[in-house]
Amino acid sequence: MMTALTKTRRVNTLPLITPSVLVLFLWMVVPLVMTLWFSFQRYNLLNPSVKGFAGLENYKSLVADSALWTAMLNTLVLVASVLGVTVVLGTLLAVLFNQEFFGRPVARLLIIAPFFVMPTVSALIWKNMLLHPVNGLVAFLTRSLGLEAIDWFGNWPMTSIVMIVSWQWLPFALLILLTAIQSLDNEQIEAARMDGAGASALFFFIILPHLKRAISVVVMIETIFFLSVFAEILITTSGGPGLATTNLAFLIYIRSLLEYDVGAASAGGVIAIVLANVVAFFLVRTIARSLEEG
Amino acid sequence: MASVKLRDIRKTFGRTEVLRGIDLEIEDREFVVFVGPSGCGKSTLLRLIAGLEEITEGDLLIDGQRVNDTPPDRRGLAMVFQSYALYPHMTVADNMGFSLRLAGATKDERDRKVREAARALQLEPLLDRKPRELSGGQRQRVAIGRAIVRNPKVFLFDEPLSNLDAGLRVQMRIEIARLHESLDATMIYVTHDQVEAMTLADRIVVLRDGAIEQTGTPLDLYNHPENIFVAEFIGSPKMNLLPVRVKTVSDDNVTVTLPDGGALDVPVKSDQLGADEQVTLGVRPERMRISERGQFVGQVLVAERLGSETYLYLQIEGGEMLTIETDGDSLARIHDRVAVEVKGENCHLFNSAGEAVGRAD
Repeated sequence: MMTALTKTRRVNTLPLITPSVLVLFLWMVVPLVMTLWFSFQRYNLLNPSVKGFAGLENYKSLVADSALWTAMLNTLVLVASVLGVTVVLGTLLAVLFNQEFFGRPVARLLIIAPFFVMPTVSALIWKNMLLHPVNGLVAFLTRSLGLEAIDWFGNWPMTSIVMIVSWQWLPFALLILLTAIQSLDNEQIEAARMDGAGASALFFFIILPHLKRAISVVVMIETIFFLSVFAEILITTSGGPGLATTNLAFLIYIRSLLEYDVGAASAGGVIAIVLANVVAFFLVRTIARSLEEG
Repeated sequence: MASVKLRDIRKTFGRTEVLRGIDLEIEDREFVVFVGPSGCGKSTLLRLIAGLEEITEGDLLIDGQRVNDTPPDRRGLAMVFQSYALYPHMTVADNMGFSLRLAGATKDERDRKVREAARALQLEPLLDRKPRELSGGQRQRVAIGRAIVRNPKVFLFDEPLSNLDAGLRVQMRIEIARLHESLDATMIYVTHDQVEAMTLADRIVVLRDGAIEQTGTPLDLYNHPENIFVAEFIGSPKMNLLPVRVKTVSDDNVTVTLPDGGALDVPVKSDQLGADEQVTLGVRPERMRISERGQFVGQVLVAERLGSETYLYLQIEGGEMLTIETDGDSLARIHDRVAVEVKGENCHLFNSAGEAVGRAD
């Protein structure tokens, strides 16, 4: 019965899904092939006479340039720190927001709000209203304590970017983890309480293992987005000071739209694809293993 | 040694009063079953004893010590939950040893105690499995094993068999009865199933709307229900109840007029009743007999044949329904008219308030 059903299905649905699969395939492959193609070309928008096949020249100059390695490291630092902040804080807040307290619906709404603010706007808010050394809220607070104002984007550029991106993505982690916590069987918690589990034992032995799956999902989805953080950097530090906050996405932007070197930018793009795939490979492997266990 | 004493226990959720003054003494090694329809407060009462809910008013004493404010893990209790509440990411052994681990027991001690409990419940081959790899009955046994490992003074069971299929339920019922025998522990058991209550209990506590209706041994409740509610709740199929009128009253005997106009002598204390009073006559289906001389004549609407016995559902003159139990090979068929005989000494009488009129003996 079951096999007969799947058999007829396969025959019937193939022509129906083909168009969309084809479109998606082209959608993915055309840009990829063009990027690959450009990465082997001499292609500078400022100088149309320079053209022709470049071989590995674009790659060679890129790899020889220390900016690439700085950008790669920055990308990994940014991804790892924001992941750390959002997952740890998100888990703790999820536990908190699962408790009954006065005004919880309002508090939930407020903490989820940053997710609805678009990246450029939130970067502007942080740059001009919160972290500004003269007009910012943080500067006001430190001054009122008699301390000096901190030039966040000058002296702590990466920390500032991590703060902004974490602020935007904490609601996402919280939302996923909160729904996961709500699915935890209450009788399990009661059984653990009768077994003598206090708050911390309850967290580490019951709640955290229950959240393992949800945390994996958060890590996976967030990594994909954090590899390509761009707007926050463009608005606040423009990759600086120096290259302190230039990640791969921003480096590609510098090469292509500031230096008009499409060839070098494409080579950077290819390297970004390789990096993303390396990260994804390890990530998917470890997470798949943990999901199988869970 | 563990006795549990409840003194005027009350529980309110917001404005709703869920338990309205429960007084009960549970003796050491007693198997007490709380039974009642859903919403009667039996589970809440168990959770109050466990310490999972706060007691609004009254005293809870375990071994003479007031434990109202003692956290659940220090009351010396273990609970088996309806959903078993096993920790899904831990193996069976870890599940059973969790309380010991939290208490700081060494690994050797933990292993030893877990193995001991596992042996008693035939769980040894399953110790390395995760709960999701177990069947319902096995999970149930692990949940019980987890309780045993703690070596509690009192075991609490919250409808532990309601998620099992009928065959397994009977088997687990026997296992729990044997466990009570071998552990010599006090057990408190909550169920809505009167068969479980009758078969397991030393003493049954029947609850309704947050108050105790009657407490007693299973046979006590069966033979001497104190009111209509208990009479209907205990026994399967339900007791037949018929509105009748008192005809005459004499010493230790009340004569009532039956629907067909005949009279029936019921040997009960007569001092509370007067002539012409409206009362309810209660007869258990298994105490009724098909007979030529029967006082009730009715038409068979349904015949349920269980093999060992047959239940006949009759509509008697006047429209009342009667259930009777008869032989498995009874020849009665649907639409047949049969006469049913009732003996006065097998009948219960309830006054207009629903309270049983005491037996004369």
